[in-house]
Order: sequence, then structure tokens, then C-alpha cells
Amino acid sequence: MAAVVASQGRHGRRTVWRLGVWIVAAILFAVLPSVFRSGAALTTMSLMGIMIVFALSYNMLLGQTGMLSFGHAVYYGLGGFLAVHAMNLVIGDKLPAPAIVVPLVGAVAGLLAGIVFGSVSTRRGGTAFAMISLGIGELVASSALILRSFFGGEEGITTNRAKLLRLFDWNFGPQIQVYYLIAGWCLVCMMAMYALSRTPFGRMCNAVRDNPERAEFIGYNAGAVRFIAFCLAGGFAGIAGGLAAINFEIMNSVAVGAAQSGSVLLMTYIGGTGSFVGPVLGAMLITFLQVMLSDATDAWQLYFGLLFIAMVVFAPAGIAGILMKHAPLWRARVLHRVVPAYLLAAVPCLLGLAGVSLIIEMTYRLTVKANEGSAFRFLYQPVDAKSAVPWIVGLLFVAGGFWLFRRARPRVADALDEALAVARRKGWA
Amino acid sequence: MLELVIVSTLNGVLYGMLLFLMASGLTLIFSMMGVLNFAHASFYMLGAFFGFQLSHWLGFWPAFVIAPLAAGGIGALVERYGLRVVHRHGHVAELLFTFGLTFVVQELVQMVWGKLPVDYRVPPSLDFTAFTVFSTNYPAYKMFELATAIAIFLALLTALTRTRIGLIIQAALTHPNMVAMLGHNVPRIFMLVFGVGTGLAAVAGVIAGPALVTQSDMAALLGPILFVVVVVGGLGSLAGAFIASLLIGLVQTFAVASNASLAGLLGPIMPGAPAVVADLWNVTVAQVAPVMPYLLLVLILILRPVGLLGTRDT
Amino acid sequence: MKRAYLVAALGALALGGMAPAATAADTLKIAYIDPLSGGGASVGEIGLRHFEYLADQLNAKGGVLGMKVEVIGYDSKANPQESLIQVQKAIDAGVRIITQGNSSAVAAAIEDFVAKYNDRNPDKEILYLNYAAVDPSLTNEKCSYWHFRWDASADIKMEALTNYMKTRSNIKKVYLINQDYSFGQSVRSEARKMLTNKRPDIDIVGDEVHPLLKVTDFAPYVAKIKASGADTVITGNWGQDIALLLKAAADAGLQADFYTYYAGGAGGPTAIKQTNLADRVFVVLEGHANVPYAPSQAFEDAFRAKLGGQSVWYPRVVNEMTMLVKAIEEAKSTEPAKIAAKLETMKITVFNGGEGFMRNVDHQFFQPMYIASFGPLTDGARFDEEHTGWGWKTVGKIDTGDTIVPTICKMERPS
Repeated sequence: MAAVVASQGRHGRRTVWRLGVWIVAAILFAVLPSVFRSGAALTTMSLMGIMIVFALSYNMLLGQTGMLSFGHAVYYGLGGFLAVHAMNLVIGDKLPAPAIVVPLVGAVAGLLAGIVFGSVSTRRGGTAFAMISLGIGELVASSALILRSFFGGEEGITTNRAKLLRLFDWNFGPQIQVYYLIAGWCLVCMMAMYALSRTPFGRMCNAVRDNPERAEFIGYNAGAVRFIAFCLAGGFAGIAGGLAAINFEIMNSVAVGAAQSGSVLLMTYIGGTGSFVGPVLGAMLITFLQVMLSDATDAWQLYFGLLFIAMVVFAPAGIAGILMKHAPLWRARVLHRVVPAYLLAAVPCLLGLAGVSLIIEMTYRLTVKANEGSAFRFLYQPVDAKSAVPWIVGLLFVAGGFWLFRRARPRVADALDEALAVARRKGWA
Repeated sequence: MLELVIVSTLNGVLYGMLLFLMASGLTLIFSMMGVLNFAHASFYMLGAFFGFQLSHWLGFWPAFVIAPLAAGGIGALVERYGLRVVHRHGHVAELLFTFGLTFVVQELVQMVWGKLPVDYRVPPSLDFTAFTVFSTNYPAYKMFELATAIAIFLALLTALTRTRIGLIIQAALTHPNMVAMLGHNVPRIFMLVFGVGTGLAAVAGVIAGPALVTQSDMAALLGPILFVVVVVGGLGSLAGAFIASLLIGLVQTFAVASNASLAGLLGPIMPGAPAVVADLWNVTVAQVAPVMPYLLLVLILILRPVGLLGTRDT
Repeated sequence: MKRAYLVAALGALALGGMAPAATAADTLKIAYIDPLSGGGASVGEIGLRHFEYLADQLNAKGGVLGMKVEVIGYDSKANPQESLIQVQKAIDAGVRIITQGNSSAVAAAIEDFVAKYNDRNPDKEILYLNYAAVDPSLTNEKCSYWHFRWDASADIKMEALTNYMKTRSNIKKVYLINQDYSFGQSVRSEARKMLTNKRPDIDIVGDEVHPLLKVTDFAPYVAKIKASGADTVITGNWGQDIALLLKAAADAGLQADFYTYYAGGAGGPTAIKQTNLADRVFVVLEGHANVPYAPSQAFEDAFRAKLGGQSVWYPRVVNEMTMLVKAIEEAKSTEPAKIAAKLETMKITVFNGGEGFMRNVDHQFFQPMYIASFGPLTDGARFDEEHTGWGWKTVGKIDTGDTIVPTICKMERPS
């Protein structure tokens, strides 16, 4: 009885919190540039905003409707290209259109492309759909070099966002103004996609994902549901493309290619397909890594690959999945119970990872970068890859770290179980 | 005209056989295990590099035998300790695992052999002209490729349909639980299939390495077309993959030889037409030749999703 | 509420590492933006080593205007959008001079960005030095005051090549085969135009384009070349496209000469040696190791010794750095506007000897060009390529004056 009353009160509070989340998000977006001021930070945050919209649109397909697409970048790219052409048209004919409305052009392009390609690809789900999306993606990417007037060939099409109509004294030339434009659109798209996922249509998408046959039994056409979801996802991807067109002022055939499609798949998966906020986290993390990791190390592709593999093997639900697993503990205020065990496991784990990284960097130094000499800096310490000492240290770190980690893991599992049990008793799990 | 047709047919068959050599392993894995192995082209690359290194130390023929075994062994280990763990998380997880594997393999190959192409040569015993057709020479090495591809095809076909292990594999594909209950070690069968599949990719690498460029980015350049072959041929069908590779090889080769375009056929386009249409009008068949396989893929998936000779739907 | 905090916390963590680096006023920073990972990395890394070697040499002699020269590599991943992010990072790190070369698509994006940035940020201009992107449009339709190019553009190379071919009476039937993108298209259209002009008796028996880096088997193309009876092939192919074309030609026993732009690129010499096409593959270059000019040969010796046998791929990089240093010393400043003013009318003695000059109308550098064939070393030539034992041999030299092509550039100059 008490639990029922408590849950109703919680329900009311939850609604307030949900609205609050959006307000906090808006404030956060507005305030971030004051915290991180450098030009590169602004560019990266703008890119993150674009990728958040893109990844969320992809999750409409993957996480919510169960459709794995390898060619989602087609809609992003086509949206971007049409936006660039539209901007050039506006500039050329001096039409009164400010930069803010450009993403709408992207949306229209993405939607139309989604309708055209979706009509042939969404009849079936599963692997057939994945393969068709791959084929269409490769087709569009290859034709990008043939249809030179639309795609601009290898160089792409450039534009100038500062020549559009000024809006209240902003011409969107400086990056900070572009950031606010992207942040605004990103917030609007996030709210729209979230709302969409809560509508009956959104629930039907989930039903088609979980059991298409049963969805058909209750009278819904699985193919039609997939088709509409595909078109909407294409539309939002087009908005992301339009934002990219404004941000980079250049659109080129790489944007429709397999690498871009793979990138958004990676972002969404690593963030976690099971929740709405997963792709947001994934987009932020992967964008950051893509921009910054190549500065820190030359072996970044190796780290990327290992990160993939590690996520897939150990955390297939993504970052959001890990967070959601601990959400009941937070709500029941028993999170602090697992902290000691986590620390106990984290220290050797980090040690082991540092050892792996040291060995990779030293091997890289001795092989790929052989003529730059064997001395380099690892975590601010000078290291000579040719001497035996760092190798022994690295191996010790790896062996010791992982052995201790294995010893600590049962404790982590136990602590987690205990804490979950307590949370359950309190009615939160 | 006759010369062009004959030469193009021969070239098309040779190219198609090379594709089959590469895709045969993928058909096996994809059909038998339902695993979309993005890393298949990476094993092809490993085969080429192992072949290069071993032929450097031991000669081409020992390399031809040992390199695929080594690569297949690595494949079996990947299945045992990687895919099997990831399998319970679903198909997307398996796919991403193999996707991550491609990055790791490429980086490791770069670490060992560098980023530039390596000097992997045709062995002297095969470095002569087999015959000449209409003044075009056909090297004996290409005939060797052809012979190996056909031999592998026949061997696989026989193994799968006539031997006991082959029948068990086919059964394990559709009814793994029943086969397990009958006492067969299904996980070990899957490991065997994966190992053999990747070993076949490595054979393709050992053979194709001297003919093509052996470089650390060779996997990325060949990956997509392998999937086209497998899907067009049909899931579950080796003969389908054979026919699909031949088809793609011939279509591409004949397309390259053709200078036809819509403009050539129907005359120049009206002057006021938009530029996009003008592009499409003037593009020749030869220019679009390498993207024809993808067109074929999309058409097959729309019209006949099980593929040409497919026996099952995923 | 919590999710927002989580997002904020992770975002903060993510962006935490981006504090702007402190800029030391006594180093001259040059950003090198080229692929340092992935497919183009083999070429990008070697370019970086050229610049680093030159920087080391300069620093050993006391630097420029008392400042140390520092070359910082940024990974463009051969992607225009990624390159723009790297340019932004470089600007943040206090760099005012950037150099790039691999991929004309990236070059076009950077040139466009630099023009817009300099327009929107007067007094904080950046200079863009292009060492290898040869698309003619970069000094024609897309030209910019802040862009300087040291590599002969695709047009200039074709002008030099056709001037050489004018003198070769044994060339009667030419086949053009190129990659289907802006560079390949410009090669074929210029070849047609210039050949018709200079040797109207030459028969262009074929004009083929194929998709970029997608063809694995060139046998059908070689069959067409054979069928046409061509004795000469002109191609702008690079990377695996030239290697596979040559292999297919050797396999089919094609008896033709290949006039190329990039057969000398990474892996090219190895491929030529593998196919045994001695002295049948020609490249148009601004210089090579076996040009008998003592200073460049001494440089080549020292360079190879320091870099483990790596040959000087880019004489033009040496020219670029020489001119940059000279401009800074003459202007007594590292302000891009002042450097540009000095650079655009500069003349120097180029790396392999001879006079070169920067044309102020379009900021294109003109220099003597060489047509060289690849084959066994003869006549006392000492340098081979990629440990093949074969090297370059000059078969034709085109003086600077004979390489000049017109331009339609109308650049906006700062007042």
C-alpha cells in the first residue's frame, strides 16, 4: 500500500523532472561556450551537436525499430548537399532567407530520399534490409563522383553562410553564432525525437522491433511502420546534414560514404541503443575521440578498434546501458555501497590498461616510427623503447593489473548484487 | 569485335574466379553461421602478407600451404575466444566485433610490414606466358588462379554434400540444437567452419597478392564487393556464389569494354536540360562499370531476396 | 535531472582536455596537415619528414630571425571536413602558416576556409602553402591571395610533357586513360587540347576514364589499349591505379610507352621494377635524384643517410621552405601579410639547379621540369629508388619559360 502511494507521488515528481531535464539541457547548451572558449573547443562542440542529431535519427531505426542500416549517411549527405545548393541559390538570387531555416531544406531532402529509397528497402527487415542499405549507400557514394554538378566531384560544393540574410545583427560568420544555431536546432530535434518515441507510433515501432509477427496479428502492417520510421529518420538525418553544411560551408562526397555510415553506427552502439540518451553520449564521446585522439597517439586506429571490441564484448548495452544498470542504485541512494569494490577493481584495471597502452606505443615506436628514434614521452614520462626496463614494467603492469582485476571481480559482482537487493527492498528496482 | 568478345569473356571469367576465391570462405561463414564477417577481407590481407613473408623465407609453394593454415588458425582462435563470447549479445554485436577487428588487424599489419606496398612477386616457376589470344598474352599465373578457384569450388562442394562432416555442418546450420542432442560438438563445428572460411580467404590472399598490390589498405578496398557476391549468389548456396562471381566478373568486364552511353544511343541532350540530367546522359557504361555490382545487389534484394540460388531467408 | 548532470559531467570530461596551448613567442610554428593515418599515411608521413628535416637544418644554423622552426603534424585523414577541424586546432595552437599537399579536395576546402577566415578575422590572417595539390582550379577559379603553390599544376605538367612529346617523332597514336574525378578529367582535357595544338598529326585513339581506386583488374582496359594500336599511353593515375595498370600492361605484353604524372609515387618504382618495364615508364617531375647538380646530390646523400634510405621525393618542399625563409628574412617579420607580399614576386635557384619564379597573378611557382624514365642506372648515376637498383634518368628537360600556362585568376588583394 505504501509502495503504491509512494509510486504515485513519484510519478508526479518524475513528470516535473522530465521537463526539468530539457530546461537544464537548454541552460547547459547556452553556458558551455563560456566554459570552453578555444576555437577548437567551439568547433568540436558544434560538431558534437550535429552528430547528436544524426545519431539520434539513426537510433530511431536501430534502437527503436530494430532496423540495422549501413547506409544512413546517404540521408545526412543528401540533406547537406541540398542545403548547400539552397544556400548558394539564396545568395545568388539574394532571397530573404536567414541561415536558421537552412536545416529545413536538409529535412525535406532527407525525407524525400527516405521515401524514395525506403519504398524499396523497408519491405523486409533483418539482414536483407541491412544489405540493401549497404548497396544503396555504395551506389549513392559511387554516383557522387559521376553526378558532378550536384555533388561537386571530389572537391564538393562550397558556400558562404555569412552572405545569407542577417538575423538581429547576427550573420552567422563567427563560429560562436553557428554554435548557438546548432545548439538550438539540436535541442528542438532532441525534443521532437523524444516526443515521437513516446507516441503510439513510437510504441508500434518498438513492437515491430520486438516481434513483427505479433504486431501484424494486432492489425499493424510491419512494413508500413518501418517505412514511416525510415522516412522520419531520413528527415532528421537531413537536418543534421543541413547543420553540417552551415558549419563547414563545404559538402563533399565523403559525407554520403560508408565511413560516415559506419561512424554513426559506432556512435549509436557505443552510446547504447536501449535508451534515448545513449546515442547522445555516444556521439559526444566518439566525436571527441575522433578529433582529439589522433593528437595524443599515432596508433589511434588501433585504440579505436580495441575500444569497439571491448565495448562489444564487455558492455554490449553501451555506456547508457551501464548507467541504466546503476540507475536504481542511485535512486535508492545505495550507490555508495558499490564504490569501494569498484575502486578496488578499477585501480588494477587502469594499471593493466596503462601497461597495454605502453606496450602498444613502444611497439609503434620501434616499428612504424622507427626512424624517429626510440625515445618518446608516455604520460609525461620519458621512455626509451629500446631499453628493457619499460618493457618489463609494461608487462608487469599488464600481468599484475589484470590478475588483480580478476581477483577483485567477484567482489564487484557481490557488491552490485547486494546493493541491488537493498534497492529492491526499498522499492526502487 | 570477335576479338573483343573473346578477350572480354576470358578476362571476365578470370576476374570472377578471383572474386569467388575470395568470397567462397565468406559464403561458408555467412551461410553456415549467420555471422556477417566484416573482417573477412582482413584475413584475405593476412593471407597475402603471410604469403609474402613466408615465400621470402621458404619459397612460394611452402608459403601457399602454410600461410592459409596460419591465417585459418588465427580465425579459429578469433571464433573461439571472440565471436563465441559475443554471440549471445546478438547479431549487431557480432558484426561490430568483426568491424573492430578490421581496424586492429590493419594496424597490426602496418606495424609489422609498414604502410607501403611490399614486393610480393609471382614465383618464377609460374612467370611465363601460357598462351596468346589475338595478341593479348595470358600469363600462366592467371591460369593457376583459375585452376585453384575451380579446385576449391569442387572440393568444397564435395566436402559439404558427400562427406559426413559436411552433412553435419549443413544440419547444424538449420537445426543446431537437434544436432547437439545427437551428440555432435556444435561449437567445435562452428569453430572449424570459421577457421576453414578464413583459411580460404587467406588462400585467395596468397594467390592474389602478387597479382594485385599487397598493401595494408587492401582489405578496405575489397570488402564491399565480397558481400555483393555472397548476397547475390544466395545465402546457403556455394554454387550460387560461384555463379554470382562469374556473373559479376563478366558484367564488369564487358561493361568496361563498352563505350555506350545514353548520349551515344539517343543523341545529344537538349541544351536547356539541368546539369544533373546532362551528367547522367553523358556517362558511359564503362565509367559506371565498377559500381554495377552494387546495382545488381540492390536489384536482387528487391526482386529476389533469397539470392540467385539461395535456399533460405535470414 | 540526473541524466542532465550525467550528460554535463561527461561533456565536461570530454572537453576538459582542450585548454589552449601556451604559445611561445620565439618559435615559428608551421602546421603540416596531411593524412598521417589510414590509406594516405605512407605518403603523408614522408612529407612530414621532409619538413622536419628542413626545420632541423634551419635550427642547426640558428633558426629564422632568431626563432626556432617547429613543424607540427596534423592528421587530415584525407577528408576535407576533418582537415578543417585540424586547421582550427592549428590556429588555436598559435600557428599562422599551414602547409598541405595530399588531395586536391582537401586543398580546395582549406583554401576556401582560409579565404573566409582571413576575411572575417583581419589581423589574424593565416597563410596556406600548397606543396602537392595539383588541381588547376586552385590557381584559377578558386585562386586566393593567401594561397601559394609550389607544385607544377596538372596543366603545367601537361604543357611540359607535350612540349617534350612535340620533339618525339616516334609517337603516332596516343591512348588516354585517367581516373574519373576532377584531376583525371583535367589531365585528359588538357592532353587533348595541347596535343591537337602542338602535334596535330598524332592520333588520339582512345580516351578512357575509370572510377577512382575501385578497379582491381585493369586487364580489360589494357585489352582496349592493345586493340587500339596505341604506341603511347598518357595517364594521371596514382596509387594502386598506376601500379595495377602497369602490372596488367606487363602481363598482357603491351608494347607501349607510359607517360605518367605519378608512377614515381610511393610503391611506384617497386611496381615498375616488378613488371620489368625498363625505360618505358616516364614521369614528369620538377627534379630527381640523378640530376647532375652538385648541391642537390650532396643534399640527397645527407637526406638518405639521416632517413634510412628514403629518397628526396619533394624537391618542391625544399623550394618552398627556402622561399619562405627568404621572405621572412626580407620582410623582417612573420606576419602572413608581409610574407605573402615578398613571396609573390620572388625568384630563386631551385633545388636541382636552374631559375624558378613565383607568378604574382595567381601565386603559382614556375620551375624547370624534367621528363625522366625509370630503368637500370647508367652514365654514373648513383641513386636508385626504393632499393630496386633502378633509378631516374633524364630524357628531356623543359626550361622554365616553356612551362608557362595562362591563368584566369582574379584574386582579391588586401588593401
